Amino acid sequence: MRMRTAFGIALLLFSLAASATEPVKPLENADVDIFDTESVRRGAGFFSNYCMGCHSARLIRYSRIGKDLDLDEDAMRREFMFGNVKIHDYLETSMSKADGENAFGVAPPDLSLVVRARGADWVYSYLKGFYVDLKRPFGVNNIVSPDVAMPNVLWALQGVQEPVIKKVGEADTVVDVRLVKKGEMSPKEFDQAVTDIVNFLAYVAEPSKLQRLPLGKYVLLFLVVLAIIMYRLKKEYWKDVH
Amino acid sequence: MASEKAKALLNWLDERFPVTKLWESQLTKYYVPKNFNFLYFFGSLAILVLVNQIVTGVFLTMHYKPSADLAFDSVEYIMRDVDYGWLLRYMHSTGASMFFIVIYVHMFRAIFYGSFKKPRELIWLFGMTLFLLLMAEAFMGYLLPWGQMSYWGAQVIISLFGAIPVIGEGLATWVRGDYVVADATLNRFFALHVVGIPLAILILVVFHLVALRTTGSSNPDGIEIKKQKAENGVPIDGIPFHPYYTVKDLYAAVIFLIVCSIIIFYMPEVGGYFLEHPNFEPANPAATPEHIQPVWYFTPFYSVLRAIPNKLGGVMAMGASIVLLFLLPWLDRSPVKSIRYRGTIFKVALALFVVSFFGLGILGTKPVTPTSTAFARLFTFIYFAFLLLMPFYPRFEQTKPIPERLAEPVIPLRKREGRHWRMVERGLEAIRTSPAWQGAKRRLEAIATHPQCQNVKERLSTVIERLKTYGSK
Repeated sequence: MRMRTAFGIALLLFSLAASATEPVKPLENADVDIFDTESVRRGAGFFSNYCMGCHSARLIRYSRIGKDLDLDEDAMRREFMFGNVKIHDYLETSMSKADGENAFGVAPPDLSLVVRARGADWVYSYLKGFYVDLKRPFGVNNIVSPDVAMPNVLWALQGVQEPVIKKVGEADTVVDVRLVKKGEMSPKEFDQAVTDIVNFLAYVAEPSKLQRLPLGKYVLLFLVVLAIIMYRLKKEYWKDVH
Repeated sequence: MASEKAKALLNWLDERFPVTKLWESQLTKYYVPKNFNFLYFFGSLAILVLVNQIVTGVFLTMHYKPSADLAFDSVEYIMRDVDYGWLLRYMHSTGASMFFIVIYVHMFRAIFYGSFKKPRELIWLFGMTLFLLLMAEAFMGYLLPWGQMSYWGAQVIISLFGAIPVIGEGLATWVRGDYVVADATLNRFFALHVVGIPLAILILVVFHLVALRTTGSSNPDGIEIKKQKAENGVPIDGIPFHPYYTVKDLYAAVIFLIVCSIIIFYMPEVGGYFLEHPNFEPANPAATPEHIQPVWYFTPFYSVLRAIPNKLGGVMAMGASIVLLFLLPWLDRSPVKSIRYRGTIFKVALALFVVSFFGLGILGTKPVTPTSTAFARLFTFIYFAFLLLMPFYPRFEQTKPIPERLAEPVIPLRKREGRHWRMVERGLEAIRTSPAWQGAKRRLEAIATHPQCQNVKERLSTVIERLKTYGSK
């Protein structure tokens, strides 16, 4: 009995040791569905209007987006293919690396794979996590990525958020943010807009997911049927082995 | 007419190349113990994964660019612009992780049933060399996508050579071909990954199998079936490898492919273990990730490395944790091979060893904390204690008598001794008599007796019949 208790305690300690450090505020859940073509399409619009001034998505071409979202060139030019770009161009930004470094201190990163590198929840919470902080160069800071160089480009849509500060131990810590001034969108509309952007970025991070998931069920169906046949065949051969 | 022509062709071939002889000696007249259980599937599964890695690897090589500037983008090019490139890449990346799962189970099987013991020491040595080569192959392949974690993982592991006194730093630079991991490193790793090591692996697989064919397979009872032969010289407890184990292994292969397909199509990253999130950022020599860890299949050994406070000591312990495995056939002095007939002390020690191996693996994926280091040291201690105490277990263990003939593939519960098996038995009995189970059983029986279901069953039987007659031709 004593040994069992000792083992239990050891197991508990082990699980504690194994658990990683928790972030201050858990990330919000992004409702990602790249098969929601309308959402991805709206996200493409937001991306080219609000993000592509500084960020590129250099691993995907407009033509690929058009093919996957079933859009013709006219519709794409209307919604998110702006300026002097050709249909097979990659989603490049017009901001040069040097200009980016001059303006922000670091060049804005390419966003082709950000959802796979950091997770959709991270991107979603990050975009919603800006708050007023007058000590920062652009007057905003971010709860998910403290002291990030990026300004809050969506502020006109979102409104203005202030930090909720609590004392954790000795230090003042930002534990949450709250909306203090309404933007053009209601909080619900804004959440949907951010979801659209995340959906678009999730699609850009892995366009082949649109083929991968639908193909999976046929492969599995084939293999399950094959497994049944193989099982029966094995039984048939092995019936005389004793 | 057709079969006569086929016979003539076979004769023509046999006079020039031993087709029939090979076919018979390797398959139809190669007698294998009849009581293999599921742990014996993993050898053939390893071959399946090896073939998968080679075939998908060849196609990936056609599109991949081994240069620091282009490598990352070329992998994404494969994922996006190459037809079914994503499938090739996921089959390859999933295959890499599955290879280690398969090999770890395969090695565990050898320890569990004492398969490496006399006269099969060489099979084990070839196998261990294969395991080392596989680790090198995986390590080098892991650098090729040129992501953040591939880069920094390689940086950390190669720098371990620097711990060797006197020649260390020079050796590390020689391995890298530069003072840091760079284009030169990527290129030589590419050459070794796609040509050098696969060739060595292939030749060693041949040695592994030739040695196995020479001694014959061991079995869950750890007895030699060759000792009990019928009048015609065929072992009484042996059955021909083909067709019996070919059909059985094919069935296992399809089940294995189902598992792999679920991963490939629905969860290729496996929560960041098979494909790690930081590797979706291109390698950046200027920015060290906050937490560098090797990919999951190396973490047990990485934990051993971290458990030792001294760098050189850690490297030596990590090396020893693998070198000692080579010596298993000589460390294990028990006259009994299989765990079925060994005493309690070995069973407990092996269980602790397995727990430690898993524990080290889990800890290796986490950042270091004082508690985790304490546990890593405990597990490291158990890992080494299990191996180093092996010669002494026989002194304290009461082995059971070994039977003359093979027992069941899996010993039925009712034949097992020990209170814990009685508990399992009672638990299963409780499930079997529960109303939910009975209800489900009745419903299944109702479906099975449905005329349509009978119809499908009959058709399936004819398919099986035809397959079997076709197979015996």
